[in-house]
Amino acid sequence: MEYFLQQLINGIVLGSIYGLVAIGYTMVYGIIGMINFAHGDVFMVGAFLALIAFLALLAIGVTAIPLALFLVLIVAMLLAALYGWAVERLAYRPLRGSHRLAPLISAIGMSIVLQNYVQLAQGARVKPLPPLIPGGYTLWEHNGFAVQLSNVQIIIVVTTLALMIVFSWLVSATKLGRNMRACEQDLKMASLVGVDIDRTISLTFVIGAALAAVAGVMYLLYYGVIDFFIGFIAGVKAFTAAVLGGIGSLPGAMLGGLLIGLIETFWSAYFSAEYKDVAAFSILVLVLIFMPTGILGRPEVEKV
Amino acid sequence: MAVPNEPATRARPAKLDLAGALKDAALAAFVAFGLFSLMLGLRTDTGASGRLQVSPRPGLLATVVAAVFAGRLMVALIARSRIAADFTRSVQTITPQFEKLGRFVAPALLALALLAPVLFYSNRYILDLGILVLTYIMLGWGLNIVVGLAGLLDLGYVAFYAVGAYAYALLAQNFGLSFWICLPLAGILAAFWGVMLGFPVLRLRGDYLAIVTLAFGEIIRIVIINWQSFTNGPNGISGIPRPSFFGAPFNDSEAGFAALFGLEFNPVHRIIFLFYLILALALLTNFVTLRLRRLPIGRAWEALREDEIACRSLGINTTNTKLTAFAMGAMFGGFAGSFFATRQGFISPESFVFMESALVLAIVVLGGMGSQLGVAVAALVMIGGFEFFRQFEQFRMLVFGIAMVSIMVWRPRGLIATRTPSVFLQKKKIIPADIIEEARQ
Repeated sequence: MEYFLQQLINGIVLGSIYGLVAIGYTMVYGIIGMINFAHGDVFMVGAFLALIAFLALLAIGVTAIPLALFLVLIVAMLLAALYGWAVERLAYRPLRGSHRLAPLISAIGMSIVLQNYVQLAQGARVKPLPPLIPGGYTLWEHNGFAVQLSNVQIIIVVTTLALMIVFSWLVSATKLGRNMRACEQDLKMASLVGVDIDRTISLTFVIGAALAAVAGVMYLLYYGVIDFFIGFIAGVKAFTAAVLGGIGSLPGAMLGGLLIGLIETFWSAYFSAEYKDVAAFSILVLVLIFMPTGILGRPEVEKV
Repeated sequence: MAVPNEPATRARPAKLDLAGALKDAALAAFVAFGLFSLMLGLRTDTGASGRLQVSPRPGLLATVVAAVFAGRLMVALIARSRIAADFTRSVQTITPQFEKLGRFVAPALLALALLAPVLFYSNRYILDLGILVLTYIMLGWGLNIVVGLAGLLDLGYVAFYAVGAYAYALLAQNFGLSFWICLPLAGILAAFWGVMLGFPVLRLRGDYLAIVTLAFGEIIRIVIINWQSFTNGPNGISGIPRPSFFGAPFNDSEAGFAALFGLEFNPVHRIIFLFYLILALALLTNFVTLRLRRLPIGRAWEALREDEIACRSLGINTTNTKLTAFAMGAMFGGFAGSFFATRQGFISPESFVFMESALVLAIVVLGGMGSQLGVAVAALVMIGGFEFFRQFEQFRMLVFGIAMVSIMVWRPRGLIATRTPSVFLQKKKIIPADIIEEARQ
């Protein structure tokens, strides 16, 4: 029971990180109907930006951890958003209306570019960071096994919740959100009624990248070690989360993220840690076969 | 319609707008500064105390930002001048010229490949490089069936390569089967895996297929790493039997190849044999593809690539059609895998990472999806070319990635050549894909 509770907490924390990345996939898919393969790498870039910004702040003498972390979060979000914008502008916008494999291949190319760029710029070695936020609470102690809830975990879940609230408000109540929903329904019609679709799509990428950067910062805080390859696996899992929740649906992405986080954690806890990636990927295949619309998605009708 | 090389650029008056160009360039430089400020401007390294430290690299950052500024300025100025129009026109005429040239290039390349072991008999380095290039040509041609002909994006092609390699290694080691028995078995096994994976997934939309194949490639690798008792895990399998010349091994024994033909023993014989072996396998792939393209199934693949919904309306069973393409591509991947295993004599999961799939895909994309000659030229340039720039090895994947993006933006049907469907209605009238796309909207 204690073990179960502990894994539940770990799973929810991991799921929050996946959920934040999954939102980027689901938004882009909802609006322009393509899988942004480079999104996982934007997440990785966000984590690296946070690491570098943090070390730079330490070097110039900002040693108060809460202030430094806040600044790091802002810097990582802003710069990762710039990356998201640049990726869309360079690799996807010129391809709108091209044949259907073109944006996919371009996205793969962009993912390769980002990975190798970070590897060349910062080296292939793993980058460790000592734990920044120490401490935590023992929730329950029984039979010598304690259920721990660390401060990092609390911060991750609270930040995710806060961002989800802000983001839902953004989509449901602002002009930008209305434009986004219009583009999702019909891109051409939206442009006819005066929605600036280029701007809306750009902003979608920017928001998705900023959320991915937050996830990157959390990954860095939680695991304390990153390398240039983390975006690949995390990207596939977040995409699985988006598909599981129903691609195109925002609450679905978060729900899918939580489920994938829980499944992965319980799988490694009770079966085998080596095959945890296989478990996540098998879920992707199973969901696509038996439930292609996901939990909260709408069925998709392919029209001529 | 966002077609970058429309003649619209020609119609624009050739007026130099220096202020506008400068503004553009300044903006680009500003964005570049934002993008690169932390990533290139600061470098994280493990310091003496074992902790990470940052060291500034202002020179590199300034150089890159200046390069972006200059590059953007050049582009902005050129785009407004006549040169751009001329350039676009010349690029548009490259493809037909290349296709005309192809009649001579293909036999020339083939002759070169056939004669290479004679010409470079004493140069083992060139022969090894030739074998490597031919392996990638074969992989490229195999993937071309899936991506180029049937229009299915397979991001886990390396999984079939791995299945082929491990099938040969394990069959040869555990049952002592010879290469020539294992080769078809490895191909069949890989094709079987292709069907197993493809059957449930191929009913889905194209982009889902891409991510599922990507996941499958990783699953195979993880299983190989973790199933220690079967595959020896991350240590790999060593001592894989070398190929023999129909039973005559390449050694200096009585029954060896050299003794059989009354030659003096020379280790280069084996290299030459491997060279011709992979050449034959690659040519087999090419031959099968060329013949299949003339069969109804090949035409169905091409039709599927152009328009899936139209195919379905015409009564083509799209799932089965896709499945054949997928299995066919997997089979050739399996062949290439067994060849890889017998050539290396050692295989480990390290050789079957995602980057390998990406590399083969890049070759197919650069060569022009569907074009056999284009893929061969792309493999020659990309694998062979980079061997001559060994010191830039680390930039290889970066260059590949940039090339993939820019080719999709610039010439989405492939840089070197394009492959239009093999059959046309009555007269040979080429309808470009963009017009079809326009008509559909």
